[in-house]
Amino acid sequence: MVLELQKPRPIWQIMFSTHHTDVGLLYLITSLAFLFLGGSLALAIRAELFLPGAQIIGDAMTFNRIFTVHGTTLIFLFILPFASSVGNYFVPIMVRYKDMAYPKLNAIAFWMIPPAGALIWLGFADFTWYATPPYSIISAPGPAADMWIFGLKILGISSVLGAINFIVTILKCKHPDMSIGQVPLLAWSFLSSSMIILVAIPTFAAALLMLLTDRLGVSGFFNPAMGGDPIAYAHLFWFTFHPEVYVLVIPAIGMMYEIIPRFSRKPIYSYNSGVFAFVLLSIVGFSSWAHHMYATGMSFTEKTVFMVGTLAAVPASAMHVFNFIATMWNGRIKFSTPMMWAVGGIALFFSAGAGGVANAAMPLDFTTHDTYWVVGHFHLFVMGTIAFGSIGFLYYMFPYVTGRMYNEKMGKVHFVMSFIGTVLVFFTQHVLGLYGMPRRVFDYPPIPEWIAMNQIATVGAMIIGVSMVIFLANMIYSSGKGALANTEDPFGVGGKYYYPFEAKNPSH
Amino acid sequence: MSGHSNWPEWIYVAVVIALMVWVGAEAWEAERLIEHVPADAKTIIVTGQQWFWTFEHEDGTKEIGELHVEVGKAYKFEIVSKDVNHSFNIHDYVVLMDAIPGRVNTVWFAPTEVGQHDIQCREYCGLIHYNMRGTLYVEAPSS
Ligand code: HEM
Ligand SMILES: [Cu+2]
Ligand SMILES: [Cu+2]
Repeated sequence: MVLELQKPRPIWQIMFSTHHTDVGLLYLITSLAFLFLGGSLALAIRAELFLPGAQIIGDAMTFNRIFTVHGTTLIFLFILPFASSVGNYFVPIMVRYKDMAYPKLNAIAFWMIPPAGALIWLGFADFTWYATPPYSIISAPGPAADMWIFGLKILGISSVLGAINFIVTILKCKHPDMSIGQVPLLAWSFLSSSMIILVAIPTFAAALLMLLTDRLGVSGFFNPAMGGDPIAYAHLFWFTFHPEVYVLVIPAIGMMYEIIPRFSRKPIYSYNSGVFAFVLLSIVGFSSWAHHMYATGMSFTEKTVFMVGTLAAVPASAMHVFNFIATMWNGRIKFSTPMMWAVGGIALFFSAGAGGVANAAMPLDFTTHDTYWVVGHFHLFVMGTIAFGSIGFLYYMFPYVTGRMYNEKMGKVHFVMSFIGTVLVFFTQHVLGLYGMPRRVFDYPPIPEWIAMNQIATVGAMIIGVSMVIFLANMIYSSGKGALANTEDPFGVGGKYYYPFEAKNPSH
Repeated sequence: MSGHSNWPEWIYVAVVIALMVWVGAEAWEAERLIEHVPADAKTIIVTGQQWFWTFEHEDGTKEIGELHVEVGKAYKFEIVSKDVNHSFNIHDYVVLMDAIPGRVNTVWFAPTEVGQHDIQCREYCGLIHYNMRGTLYVEAPSS
C-alpha cells in the first residue's frame, strides 16, 4: 500500500507532508508511543496495589496523578489517534479518492495532538479523567489542572476537525460510481463515529471553558459556594462521554469487520445489518448518559428513563456480535495473528456488554458503581475490545505499511499472553467490585479477599506488560528486517474479498 | 447482502430485546420497592468532608467516623457535603449515595443483624480519599 519504510525518506518530509498515508503514519507512531507511556503507568498502579500499604509509589497524590494521566492518555492519546491512523490510511482508499477531503486540515488536526499530550504529561493532574467539580475547582492543584483542561480543549478541537474531514471525505469525495451502500463497513464506522463526535464534543468543550473560568474564580457555574451546581457539569460531561465511548468502540468494530470476513474467507454475513447497527448505535447512544449518575440523587423517573435508554442501545451492540459469528460460521477460518486478536476482542466485547447491562439495571448499580467492577467493565471495552481490535488491525496493516511481515509466532504469543492477562485483570476486578473495593484508591484495608484479587490482577497486568515488550520488539525488528511481504496477499488467504490496497503517495 | 435469509438474526435480536425488557422490568420493580422509605425511619444526617464522615442523630448526638444504630430499626440518611463530592457507602447493606455540596440526598436502610460493617467513600475526593473510612456498629436495642 504505502511502503514508507521500504523507500526511506528524510523524516521531515513525512512530518511536513499532508498526504493521508503520511499523516496516518504520524498518527500511528504517536498513538503507539502513548500506548507504551500510558501502559507503564498502569503497571505502576498495579504494582502499588499488589499489597496494602505503600509499595512503589511514595504518596497518594502521586498515585492519583498517575491514574488520572493513565486514563486520559490511553483514551485520548492512544485509542483516538490510533483510530485516526487507520481512518487516514484506509478511508480515502475505500471510497476511492486520492486523499482526505481537506489534507491541510488533516495535518493540522494531527499536529494538535503532540502539544496536547505534552500539556497533559507535563502537568500531571490528579482530578481523574472526569475532572469533577467542585474538587476540580476548589481543590485540584494547578497548574496541572489548568494544563489538563487546555490539553483536553485542544484534543477536542482536533477530534472535531478530524470528524469533519472524515464525513466530507466519505460523503462528498467517494467515487461517483460508488453508492453509499457500497462503502465498506470500516469506512461506515468512521462516518458514524465522526457524526457522534460532531454532536457530542461541543458540550464538553463548553463545560471545559466553564470549568476553567470557575477555576479562575470569575464564574461559578459548577461551584456551589457561588450558587453553581456540580451536577450540571456531570450532565454535560456524560452527555459527551457516554456517546464518546461509542466513538472509541465503533472504529474498533469497523476494524473487526475488515479482519473477520477476510480470514474467514467469506463475505460479511450481513452488510446491511452492520450499517444499521452503526447508525442505530450513534443515535440511541445519546439516550443513556445519566446511567453514570444513578447515585447522584436522581429521581426514580430520571433513573428509569436513563435505564431504558441504556438498555435500548444494547441490541445494536449485540447485532455486531451476531454478524461476526455468522460470518465465521462455516468459514475456512485462518487463525493468523490479526484474526486471533479480532476473535478474542469479540469474546471480550460480549462479556463486557453483559456486565454493562448489570450496571444499567438501577438497583444493581448501587453495588457496582465506583467500585472496581466499573473499572473491570470499561477496561473489557477499552482494552479487551478496542485495544484488541486495534492491535489486531495493526498486525493486519503492518505488511501494507512496511512492505514486510511481522514475526507470526511472536504475534501469537503476544495475543495469548495479552488475552490471559486481560481476563485475569479485568474479570477479577469485576468480582473485586462486588466485594466492595472502591476505585481510585491508593491504599486499601487488609481484607484477605481484596488482597488475593488485587494480586491476581497485578500478575495479569505484568503478563500483559511482558507481552507488550514482545510486541514492541516484533514491530521494531520486523519493520526493518522482516521477510518481504507479498502485498497482493500477505496472509495467504486468497484475494477474493480484497479492496484495492494502493495509495499513490506523491513522495514515492 | 447475498440472498440468504435473515431469520436467525431476527430471532437473535428478538431474544436480546426480550432479555432487556425483562432486566428493565425487574430493575424497575426492585428499585420502586427499595426507594419506599418506611414512615417510622429515624433520620441521621451524614456529612462528608475531606476526609471523614460525621453523623448526627435525631437527638442531636454526633459521631465522627463511627455510626451506632440499633438492629431492626429503619434509618434514613440525609447526606450532605461540606466541600467536594463524596459518596457515602455501606457496601454490606448496598447503601450508596453521593454527598454533593448544595444538595441533600437521601437513602435508607434497616440493619437486620447485630454486627460491624465498613463505611467508606466511593467517589474520588482527593488526597486521602482512600482512607475516608468509618465503621458501622449495629447493636442490640438498648431497652
Ligand atoms: C452493552 C453496552 C453497554 C452498557 C449497557 C454499558 C453500561 C454502562 C453503565 C451503566 C456504566 C456506569 C457504571 C457506573 O459508573 O456505575 C458504564 C460505565 C462505563 N462504560 Fe459502559 N456500557 C456499555 C458499553 C460500553 C462501551 C462500548 C464502552 C466503550 C469504551 C463503555 C465504556 C464505559 C466507561 C469508560 C465507563 C465508566 C467511566 C468511568 O466511570 O470512568 N461502555 N457503562
Ligand atoms: Cu455510559
Ligand atoms: Cu472520597
